[in-house]
Amino acid sequence: MSNPLRDMEKPDVIFCIGTNMTEAHPVAATRIKKAMARGAKLIVADPRVIGLAEMSDLYLQLRVGSDAALLLAMAHVIAREGLVDRAFMEDRTADGETFLEHVRDFTPEWASTITGVDPALIEEAALLYARAERGAIYYTLGITEHICGVDNVQSLCNLALMTGNVGREGTGINPMRGQNNIQGAGDCGAIPNNYPGFQPVTDPANQAKFEKAWGRKVELEKGITKVRALEAAGDTIRAMFIDGENTVVTDPDREHCEKALESLDFLVVADLFMTETAELADVVFPATAWGETDGTQTNTERRIQRLRAAVPPQGEAKPDWWIISELAKRMGFQGFDYQGPHQVFNELCELSVTYQGVNWDKVEDGAYQWPIPFDGHPGTPRLHEDGFINGRGIFKLIQYRDPAEVVDDDYPVWLTTGRRLASYHSRTQTGRSEGIDYLLPHETLEVHPDDVDGWGLRDGGWARMSSRRGSILIRVESTRRSPRGTVFASFAFNDTPVNLLTGGGYDPTTDTAELKVCPVRVEPAEAPERGSGERPQEVAAD
Amino acid sequence: MPQDPNGPTLFLDGQEVRFETGETLFQVAERYGKPIPTLCYDDRLEPFGGCRLCIVEVEGIRNPVASCTTKAEPGMRVTTKNGTLEMHRRVLLEMVASENREVDVDPLSGYASQELATLVDRYDARTGRFQGHRSGTSRPDDPNPFILRDYENCISCYRCVRVCAEQEGDYAISVKNRGFETQITVEFDGLLKESACTFCGQCVQTCPTGALADLKALARKEVPGDTKKTRTICPYCGVGCAVDMLTRGDTIVGIQPAMDGPANEGALCVKGQFAFDFIQHRDRLTTPFVRDEGGRLRPASWDEALDRAAEGLKAVVEEHGAHALYAVASGRAPNEAAFLMQKFVRAGLGTNYIDNCSRA
Ligand code: SF4
Ligand code: SF4
Ligand code: FES
Repeated sequence: MSNPLRDMEKPDVIFCIGTNMTEAHPVAATRIKKAMARGAKLIVADPRVIGLAEMSDLYLQLRVGSDAALLLAMAHVIAREGLVDRAFMEDRTADGETFLEHVRDFTPEWASTITGVDPALIEEAALLYARAERGAIYYTLGITEHICGVDNVQSLCNLALMTGNVGREGTGINPMRGQNNIQGAGDCGAIPNNYPGFQPVTDPANQAKFEKAWGRKVELEKGITKVRALEAAGDTIRAMFIDGENTVVTDPDREHCEKALESLDFLVVADLFMTETAELADVVFPATAWGETDGTQTNTERRIQRLRAAVPPQGEAKPDWWIISELAKRMGFQGFDYQGPHQVFNELCELSVTYQGVNWDKVEDGAYQWPIPFDGHPGTPRLHEDGFINGRGIFKLIQYRDPAEVVDDDYPVWLTTGRRLASYHSRTQTGRSEGIDYLLPHETLEVHPDDVDGWGLRDGGWARMSSRRGSILIRVESTRRSPRGTVFASFAFNDTPVNLLTGGGYDPTTDTAELKVCPVRVEPAEAPERGSGERPQEVAAD
Repeated sequence: MPQDPNGPTLFLDGQEVRFETGETLFQVAERYGKPIPTLCYDDRLEPFGGCRLCIVEVEGIRNPVASCTTKAEPGMRVTTKNGTLEMHRRVLLEMVASENREVDVDPLSGYASQELATLVDRYDARTGRFQGHRSGTSRPDDPNPFILRDYENCISCYRCVRVCAEQEGDYAISVKNRGFETQITVEFDGLLKESACTFCGQCVQTCPTGALADLKALARKEVPGDTKKTRTICPYCGVGCAVDMLTRGDTIVGIQPAMDGPANEGALCVKGQFAFDFIQHRDRLTTPFVRDEGGRLRPASWDEALDRAAEGLKAVVEEHGAHALYAVASGRAPNEAAFLMQKFVRAGLGTNYIDNCSRA
């Protein structure tokens, strides 16, 4: 996030797009509710009538995967009405004129044919956001999990840049990061293109820096993404070491993923449970859990916080840092003699440009938000206050692109996936917590009541849902949260493997999977036979 | 609060003190080390002025005023404690206590659950002089596994109602009737699950009597030992709410929000508040596993498992080169794990063949 969480109470206009915040980031959503109690206006763009949509002042129910078109049209209206922040654009941005020229063609009427949103509502949203003294944008995976995820993010940046809604209290472009430490994993360099602190591996100066630190050469070429690595599994990729990820259930195209991992010569997994992924491994290491582990993690507002062990590990479970170090030592790797997590963290801080100003002791109270470039620096709750790190904010010329797969006669329904309040990811943790089942006993497919009737389904009955990759059985829930022609499910339950169906395409820049859009066919089905286990039948793609 | 050296002043029990415009008398007194007893006060919520325990005397005003709702004004002469005030507070506490079925509730009930009991003890107000009117009708039939609803211990402080509305914006809890008949309830008097309740547990944590209480923690109240609190961060989403993990011996007995957590300021959601028992679940892996000749995973010692893993990975690297090994770090594990995973491939193999789960 460019701005701190506490800024969420400050905007006068809030624009939430592709974020089901009341379920996925509930405590952040409470701040939006507080802002609204103080008079802030809320614009929500989402295909489903989610909690935020119900709270909103202006709701744009767009078709899944049409975000870029909506955002282009909003930019068009802002430019046409002369609501651009000229001073900001001149001082702080580049390529603005070309951008204003570019958006001239993208009228709300044009966008309406793609998004299905009334042009008048698009106008209204654009005016509301552009006229705000402090306008803030919040988004989540509903923006990024598309083949055009990068385009979508850049479209949001364009809106913020043209209206000067950056670098001030209550403004900004704020991605809500999903997992507890997904921000930290990137910060630490667990990505193919950057060393810790987002230092590109392709820069020889960085190469020299890390060569000195680690006493060996690291190649200048970026690595491949996990998506490509899974594709190459059994071919050029012959072994994997996976830490704490249930790849099989959470990744798209489950069949492909299972086959990929099975085709490896050797697979090592560290996890808390014998997950579907661990079951495929040659060696499984028991890792310590939350409450058993000392360490640090970094939240969505870039705040580094301390995790503390409160109880001893279960059985012989060991912390991840210990497991990785021991394995490294036995592989003959140098530089893995750590006495504790504090030494690991301190090494990270020394090598990272963003964590340089802190160490284990200084992050004790969670007072620092990165960048903290040097010792004595107070941290940076709000990014871009005095300028952009790379000089100017650059406008990008975006075009709308259709999703990788679009509905047709065989697969006439849009499936979109997401999260639910009471379950987390593949439920290895929430599923093992007492009481959660009371709130969420099983997965359902959310279908508009008229579609339930039209497709011959029954509320509470079963449906067979098929995509180009496979087919699953799922219970039907009749609800007006879903628009006509679009259905929703989460991938939380292993017995309803929704990710068997997804995975039609990937963003060309980031390789992020298009989990938010998948054309499917939905037909009435018999309940899965009792005695065949809880697990409904899965059948391969036809 | 920053003190303006030229800011306004008032007299607090005879001492001249500075305050910031907008501060309440309660806040000023608290800052100068003169704590005033409260029951309906939660500093995250708008002051309510319902319990009248926090009354103080202000010179020139005939009746005592509630310090939690009265704004400080220049030149005010305030008395926070004297015989009359203390007598009033004691009587009030006696009345409140006598209305409740029990005053001493288990501390695992919730963060603020000891407030009433503590005050009753401090004021020696356990006399039973007033044969109280019972507070309300409980809903022991609500089958929800998280929140106990024992309104016989309710003192109508409205903290639960206000936290639900002001802090959560959910408006699940409401009030019916007035005066002695006041009853905390939910929409249509029904079950929490059928209301707007999200089971964030905030009502439980602010309740000063344990009328609303943490059922999951209470289910562990027989675990022997003193309750210890360890400050850590919720392991679920990227908001990063700070919590106190409650333990007795080696057992986790519950979670309470950290009121000074920088990201959450006391708020939590159902996952951070209640979904902790996966940690000490029987399904946890307690030993390493290796695949045996028959193709099955069997338990193994650390030594054997580490050697097998090192051999297996080394064999692949020797035969197919460093680029044949790929590492995936976790977005759930701490920074130290992610840092070492990337160091494993970079410092160990010289490649950049590393990613995390953010792409899916
Ligand atoms: S249930 Fe607890 S918090 Fe709610 S009004 Fe009663 S005593 Fe106060
Ligand atoms: S308590 Fe809820 S909102 Fe807070 S970090 Fe945990 S999952 Fe996220
Ligand atoms: S605390 Fe002031 S009236 Fe209750």
